[in-house]
Amino acid sequence: MEFFRFKSDLPFMKYALIFNVISALTFLIAVGALAYKGLHFGIDFKGGTVAELHFAKTADVAQVRTSVEALNTGEAFVQNFGSPTEVLVRLPIVQNVSNAQMGENLFKAICGPTRTMNDAKTACGDGAEKIELKRVEFVGGQVGKELFESGALALLLVIAGIMAYLAIRFEWRFAVAAIIANLHDVVIILGLFAIFGWEFNLPVLAACLAILGYSVNESVVIADRVRENFRKMRKASVDEVIDNAITSTISRTIITHGSTQIMVLAMLFFGGETLHYFALALTIGICFGIYSSVLVMAPLIRWLGVSRENLVKPEGPPKDPLEAEKILA
Amino acid sequence: MNRYPLWKYAIMIVALAIGLLYTVPNFFPQVPAVQVSTNKAAVKLDNALLGRVEATLKGAGLPVGYSALDANGVHVRFQGGDTVTQLKAKDALLKDLNNGVADGTGNYIIALTNESTVPKWMQSMNALPMFLGLDLRGGVHFLMQVDMKGAVDRAAERNMADIRSLLREKKVSFGGASRSGETVVVRFTDAAEREKASAAISTNNADLVIREEGTAPELRLVVTLKEQAKLKLADSAIEQNQKVLNNRINALGLTEPIIQRQGADRIVIQVPGASDPARLKDVIGRTGTLEFRHVEAHSGKNASTLEAAKNGNVPFGMELLVDRQGEQIVVRKQPIITGERISSAEPAFDSQNNQPIVRVSTDSQGARVLREHTSQNIKERMAIVLIEKGKAEVITAPTTQSELGSQFQISGSMTTRETSDIALLIRSGSIAAPMEIIEERTVGPSLGAENIERGFKSVQWGFIALAAFIVVYYMLMGLISAIALSVNLLLLVAILSMLQATLTLPGIAAIALTLGMAIDANVLIMERIREELRAGVKPQEAISAGFDRAWATILDSNITTLIAGIALFAFGTGPIKGFAVVHCLGILTSMFSAVFFARGIVNLVYGARKKLEKISIGTIWRPDSVVTQPAISDAK
Repeated sequence: MEFFRFKSDLPFMKYALIFNVISALTFLIAVGALAYKGLHFGIDFKGGTVAELHFAKTADVAQVRTSVEALNTGEAFVQNFGSPTEVLVRLPIVQNVSNAQMGENLFKAICGPTRTMNDAKTACGDGAEKIELKRVEFVGGQVGKELFESGALALLLVIAGIMAYLAIRFEWRFAVAAIIANLHDVVIILGLFAIFGWEFNLPVLAACLAILGYSVNESVVIADRVRENFRKMRKASVDEVIDNAITSTISRTIITHGSTQIMVLAMLFFGGETLHYFALALTIGICFGIYSSVLVMAPLIRWLGVSRENLVKPEGPPKDPLEAEKILA
Repeated sequence: MNRYPLWKYAIMIVALAIGLLYTVPNFFPQVPAVQVSTNKAAVKLDNALLGRVEATLKGAGLPVGYSALDANGVHVRFQGGDTVTQLKAKDALLKDLNNGVADGTGNYIIALTNESTVPKWMQSMNALPMFLGLDLRGGVHFLMQVDMKGAVDRAAERNMADIRSLLREKKVSFGGASRSGETVVVRFTDAAEREKASAAISTNNADLVIREEGTAPELRLVVTLKEQAKLKLADSAIEQNQKVLNNRINALGLTEPIIQRQGADRIVIQVPGASDPARLKDVIGRTGTLEFRHVEAHSGKNASTLEAAKNGNVPFGMELLVDRQGEQIVVRKQPIITGERISSAEPAFDSQNNQPIVRVSTDSQGARVLREHTSQNIKERMAIVLIEKGKAEVITAPTTQSELGSQFQISGSMTTRETSDIALLIRSGSIAAPMEIIEERTVGPSLGAENIERGFKSVQWGFIALAAFIVVYYMLMGLISAIALSVNLLLLVAILSMLQATLTLPGIAAIALTLGMAIDANVLIMERIREELRAGVKPQEAISAGFDRAWATILDSNITTLIAGIALFAFGTGPIKGFAVVHCLGILTSMFSAVFFARGIVNLVYGARKKLEKISIGTIWRPDSVVTQPAISDAK
């Protein structure tokens, strides 16, 4: 099987400007969404209480919402997830209330007066009326702030680390182009999370960082080819060199991303609530990763003025006789 | 050119063998077990105990399947291995070894555990299963913030009392002392007296900073703790708190609790598989101070005061509280004694009527004060009050039956569970600084089992789909890649087991993601080989060139992924750290399996054939115009 049958190099660079405009637009939309709607932070980052409940029969979400609102905690989210018997409740941090007790109060309120609670306070009611408390998490405001700060630090460290590596391994133009391309991915992930109001939690942050490392792979592979082509295609223009590099690596790019996506889809389908947004973030990142490394990074290195002299260092004739022959030919 | 020397194949086989050895323990089931241990130095864990445990269980008619003694105590597993037998065994052992005392004050701690059934010879090679994180087996995670300011304030309170008695003892005349926050202010009218006081205080306690303020006749001494002393105080406070938490949680007989200090002022508590998180929280959440106070009015005494208090007219120095029966009482704010004077408190049974009671002992100073107070207040009620974050809660308010000494008992209609909880709370008076739960994650056991299944299914189906695709697309070479990928999975699990890492759901996600990313290396190699073949290179050379040329790219791309992984590890917390560890290790194992291992198999399959015409790597499509030209050629 072979999906990719290109008779000649695809003229990516001819349309570079169009792609750049598209990228800039999507980037701006994402930034706008982030600025206007903001991220819907999970309790990991803003603190609060979250409880996962399992009802023996289809849960009456409206009823649950009424009992939760009776607690007067301010904005509370009550929603189904996965199946009609599973309910997720989120509460914000409430001033002057011992938040560690919040989960217990919440469960008591949902159980209501008619159901009796077991000693362990993990279930109440019998038979069809039974409600199980499957998970309770509480994160204090200070902890949330710290998690947020360390997350931001991790992001900065990844960016700095990758840029430094690319600058040493290739050239600063590649480093700048690659990091812009990949930040473009991350901003789009964040933008989509903002637009759809998906929850941004710790696993999603981990997904963003993983995507950052992963997408750079693409840029590295293309950069590798560009450098190799500069050595081999002595008379070709910069555009032709880049076009050839992209064309000859595109099958690998798409197959690799497709393979990773297969795994991520498995997580999306089977992973449950905890992995849902993680897998979602990875999916967006992978799809845009293909786009950005090919159509953002490549035009960028051209704008930044990459040339044969930047990359092919005057180091005498190559050692590989085969290669030397090709160049001399 | 595509041959491996023998030693390289040997490395492959050794890697496989080690991988299998350390992966397999994860598939042995965990069975319910009971562990008998002790926290008392005087109690010996020896063969006699093992014999006694076995005899007890035999007497109770419980089928012991396996029993052994090690450094941690006696472990017992049961035939059939159900949790009902496990609970019965715990009860039987409690009755026999501890006289039914279940709160940890007995000689032995009898804990319900889950033990792995990995054979001895594997265990001796440290081939053990991975730990499962709380999200996979259910359990409780608490992060406690220790209020250091509270500890310092308390120290200031103590210092104030010390200074008062010191100045009285030295007959220095002073106009009173007061505390605000961590500063103690002592007032004087005479400068000479202040001079004397200053000298006396500084010789008495070297940890204090004394500053003179004000002009006659309003002279003051401002006393604060030295920074260094504060640090030392904070340090010992957190250590003390940790010790107290440790005792309390161990007393509940829970499985493998983790109680660790985190950073300067935090304590992490993790208890996997806790079946009763509410009780655990109740016990560790009670972190306040304990006070014994005089009850001034209740329904049977000073009813008018009680009524007035109920209407919001509480007398000065008193407060209105609710006792255990839900009855309102008026209690003096000034304590008779505080929790620091309590040396022990344990649940027991009254020797006369066999009712559950709490037996309390105090130190000599506490005994003196109590005796003095109770001798004048027989048949009066005394409230034992827990003060938490400024709020007072009555644990119990019994009636004093006789003059109390260093040992007394609290009785009343209580259940054994109540007595053991009360005993526990009374003992907890020794906490050094107030604490607060700032993070809590509780996962029920059913969700844990579900999470394992979800993670497992994700990896399984993802892997199957991925392998199917790669085999269809790259034929035999794809199959080899799929084998290399499974070796990657095997080695990754083996290394994680060797490190005794804690597997969490994000960890499983990282395994899945890493496998999905690891295939990149194989794809790079396959595409390179195809490219070489397309350019008309001979198959054997194409294989060799494909592997060699792809290597540089694989290394580059993995290093960038590794950078992200390391950053996640450095700044991540809890489950994210787990994700990062798996991610980083997976990258390393993928380089080994995709490059070294896959090459080995390819060499075995193709390397020996001198005249290799064709490699089974799927379609090699050539554009018609370019047949024998190199793929990367100079177009002009």
